[in-house]
Amino acid sequence: MNHIALLMENQPGALSRVIGLFSQRGYNIDSLSVAPTQDETLSRLTMTIGEEGADINQILKQLYKLVDVVMVQNLSEADALTLELAIIKLNKTKADVEGLIKNYEFEREILDEKDNYTVFKVLGDTQEIENLLSELKKEEFLEVTRSGTLGITKGNESLATNDQTKISYD
Amino acid sequence: MAKVMTSGGEALIKALADENVDIIFGYPGGAALHIYDAIYQQDRVQHILVRHEQAATHAADGFARATGKPGVCLVTSGPGATNAITGIATAYMDSIPLVVISGQVPNHLIGTDAFQETDMMGISRPIVKHSFLVQKPEEIPVIVKKAFHIATSGRPGPVVIDVPKNLTDPNEKFEYKFPSDLYLRSFALYDEAENSEVKKAVKLLTEAERPVIYAGGGAINSNAAEEIYEFGKLMGCPVTNTLMGLGVYPASDEQFVGMLGMHGTYEANMVMHEADLIMAIGARFDDRITNNPNKFGLQAKKIHIDSDPSSIDKIIDVDVAMTGNAKKVISQINKELKAMNFDNKKFDPWMKKAMQWRADHGLNHNMLDQKNPGDIILPQQVIQSAYKATDGKAFVTSDVGQHQMFAAQYYHFNEPRKWINSGGLGTMGFGLPAAMGVKFAFPDETVACITGEGSIQMCIQELSTCGQYGLPIKIINLNNRALGMVKQWQDMQYGGRYSSISYEDSLPDFIKLAESYGHVGMKVEKLSELEAAMEECFALKNKLVFLDVYVDPDEHVYPMLKAGGDMSEMYLSKTEKTFE
Repeated sequence: MNHIALLMENQPGALSRVIGLFSQRGYNIDSLSVAPTQDETLSRLTMTIGEEGADINQILKQLYKLVDVVMVQNLSEADALTLELAIIKLNKTKADVEGLIKNYEFEREILDEKDNYTVFKVLGDTQEIENLLSELKKEEFLEVTRSGTLGITKGNESLATNDQTKISYD
Repeated sequence: MAKVMTSGGEALIKALADENVDIIFGYPGGAALHIYDAIYQQDRVQHILVRHEQAATHAADGFARATGKPGVCLVTSGPGATNAITGIATAYMDSIPLVVISGQVPNHLIGTDAFQETDMMGISRPIVKHSFLVQKPEEIPVIVKKAFHIATSGRPGPVVIDVPKNLTDPNEKFEYKFPSDLYLRSFALYDEAENSEVKKAVKLLTEAERPVIYAGGGAINSNAAEEIYEFGKLMGCPVTNTLMGLGVYPASDEQFVGMLGMHGTYEANMVMHEADLIMAIGARFDDRITNNPNKFGLQAKKIHIDSDPSSIDKIIDVDVAMTGNAKKVISQINKELKAMNFDNKKFDPWMKKAMQWRADHGLNHNMLDQKNPGDIILPQQVIQSAYKATDGKAFVTSDVGQHQMFAAQYYHFNEPRKWINSGGLGTMGFGLPAAMGVKFAFPDETVACITGEGSIQMCIQELSTCGQYGLPIKIINLNNRALGMVKQWQDMQYGGRYSSISYEDSLPDFIKLAESYGHVGMKVEKLSELEAAMEECFALKNKLVFLDVYVDPDEHVYPMLKAGGDMSEMYLSKTEKTFE
């Protein structure tokens, strides 16, 4: 699984160029999250490519070639933090839900509950959320919504607009 | 300086003029009318009225390929925009700098399914280098400047500017300012290669035993012909060009082994297969070159020079990757080779081997000397005759199919930008409008369109444009009364089941057709009359001549690589092949 961070111009059509590239070149995106940054002229995306054997270097190069794309970074090759939020609605009581998730490490919070259902959020590692969801498959599941993975590198460096992405040919 | 006040439409045309554009190809319509009114009121930019928007894009494309300058076209919204799509895709696949301006419905109607509304940004997105939807009329000059910069820099390509009609309103004026500088955030361009990479490349080049230089369209785009010639001479090894690269290394040079690939020469494909070093310059290891990529160049180390990093390691992994401008990178390498006084004598046996391959199964370039049963004309003879009549100096455009391959094989291009064809997309209908673009750029040069009776009918309406502007193009129609390349495949792979390839009874009389547009039509059916007719065709300097040549309908293009094979596995004729 690869997490890619990308800065792009906050322009109409920029997002469709990024998404379009994936379908056009036959790559799959597992998750995608996008929002403006502190600089309102830039949007930041984090996307996850789960596909085994995907040529990540080729994907990075194609992304960087887009004029609206300002920076690309493969977070999976950097020392990076990743985080995902999921909001889950189950046909379960609060007590049952707490029992189900007690062995997981992610942050959790009950957001809404009545006799026959519970809405709760979990915040943590994508893989852990995947594990929980596959465990919940056998439960009476109503809904789940996920933010997609967000990621940022550790340390005091940042995805800067004037840098060029180092894309290796190895 | 006094303030210059312009409308959006005026600003657009003025900005084109300020970008040194003197000719644009287009077709008017509702959403573009304000722009057309602005064209009418100035004389710096000439507008050429075509008969179909596809032809506007191909003509601009032909102009760009011949000159190296960006081609410009202007179309209206909706059908005007969609008709331009094939031409944009053609330019995109061959990395040709094009700026396509499309009218759009007024802003307040966008998204309402208005009359002649099409989401041009959306439908063109996968086939443009970049596109702009104008949001404010004041930004038009900056957008034009950006569009030209993006279209022409790095790996060139088409750029679309979509202009909503209300933003070109003649009554809304603003101050015109053409930018002197440009700011594009993180727009990466590659120039010279890193010295360490140059050193690595030179080491591989000089240590090789059987090197080959394989140059493509990127070498032409970066105007690297002179440097590549010098490099070829420093190396003294075989040189091959792709379909897109023909002319970047002179075809008459003794080291030139011809075009490589699907219908490349026997010697070029053998050289590629047996080489121990492949030096790719502005070429992208396309599937028509490599054949089966898993069997490609297995004995060879590879060096790849390309202005687009995403072309490198895309199909074939290489040993030395040099992202940069081919002209500059080859200069760097030449400098190193000269500094070390490299002695290329050791490549002589390898060069000799290439010449032996040529002697064994090379193309016969003297087919005009042969007689055919029934005085029938072979298509190869038509190309050789055209070459002879033009002294090899014409600009040659082509369409797509057998005639294109014959032209590539038999017309020897000694200079870049003389061979103009749709290599990547393979667009039938390209030849005639492209020839118009070339003729506008070089009115005093001979421009021939080598085509077939299938392709020419895809943009034949442009005979009218040629009449209007007096363009004496020579159309050499290799008429085999069928879709020849499709027929060849049906012969070779579908047991001769000719599905939907013939229209013999319904072909137009091309002579009368040409005449009805005010041109000259000539027909040749006998080999004994071919050369005289060809001479006459090119001698009519001020007339468009449609030379309709009846050729052998059963001829195939050879060599032809075996599907899924390596580069040494070729059909050499209907009865010979190099593999079991």
